Amino acid sequence: MKNKINTSGLISDGLLASGPVCLGYIPIGIAFGVLAQKAGFNPFETGLMSLLVFAGSSQFIAVSMFSAGAGAVSIIATTFVVNLRHLLMSSSLSTFLGRLGRKKLFAFAYGITDESFAVNISKFKNGDWDINRALIVNFSANIMWIMSTVAGGYAGQFIPPHSFGMDYALIAMFICLLIFQLKGRIYMFTALTAGISAVLLSLWLPGNSYIIIASVFAAGTGVFIKNIGR
Amino acid sequence: MMIGREYCYIVLGMGLVTYLPRLLPVYFLAGRTLPGWFIEWLDLIPAAVLGALLLPALVTSETPRIFTLYRLEMIVAIPTFFVAIKTKSLGGTVITGMGLYWLLDIIFI
Repeated sequence: MKNKINTSGLISDGLLASGPVCLGYIPIGIAFGVLAQKAGFNPFETGLMSLLVFAGSSQFIAVSMFSAGAGAVSIIATTFVVNLRHLLMSSSLSTFLGRLGRKKLFAFAYGITDESFAVNISKFKNGDWDINRALIVNFSANIMWIMSTVAGGYAGQFIPPHSFGMDYALIAMFICLLIFQLKGRIYMFTALTAGISAVLLSLWLPGNSYIIIASVFAAGTGVFIKNIGR
Repeated sequence: MMIGREYCYIVLGMGLVTYLPRLLPVYFLAGRTLPGWFIEWLDLIPAAVLGALLLPALVTSETPRIFTLYRLEMIVAIPTFFVAIKTKSLGGTVITGMGLYWLLDIIFI
């Protein structure tokens, strides 16, 4: 009996927490599917990428690189750099995971995204969260992402290119995710430092390497400023 | 529908390079304590990455990149920021941003 109550609480806790993430994925996923369709991808190819990569920003960037005729190596390298930020999210989550079975860790790692990270890390910090609830957040978001992108892939053939402001989906997503991160002055300082140095670097350096350089530099500067005041 | 073999290899490669940074820290760091400065640095990384992704998308135009402050992307970003702050809703912000961009694109062009 006790077990049953815990389990039902587990699923509803997880789904409740992932609700806003899932709802957010619908318009972004559809927009991605439509853009991919315009770039010549069929819904299966779109779904395969959503399943294997499951990282929205890098999928948008990859599709634009595919349609610009970029080579395999440069597409994969750019994906690596853009998604390297998960390394840091994964490290930060690891402090709450303790020693777990391999299977759960492998499954949990797959679902780490900007959005699931934001939800899970704040729940873990509150102390009323565990790996099973976190897994439900990750996998419901994953299923919603795959379904929305495939739906967009089918809808794309009925939607003219550049309509409904779809080209702005990614930027609007970045804006909202950034707002979620701005929890104090030091975060604003870091984001602004990263943004300004990224703009300057992007004018100098070809490709997308400016993203990782500016991020590492800005976060380092943030830690320095934070500790200098002590 | 056919899926090309080359496409499969590229997407598999993308999947692998995306999965490893997600897996390695939780796999190797779980249960260990990290130095304080490193945790502080990790805590600032998401804000840094998002800043580095966002600002160039607002004020530079693509290949070859040039700095242009008055772009439609930048103008739409201002109300979109307000909606994000007020609603804290990812879906609501994305729909507002797309809607305003669509509308202003029609009005100005």
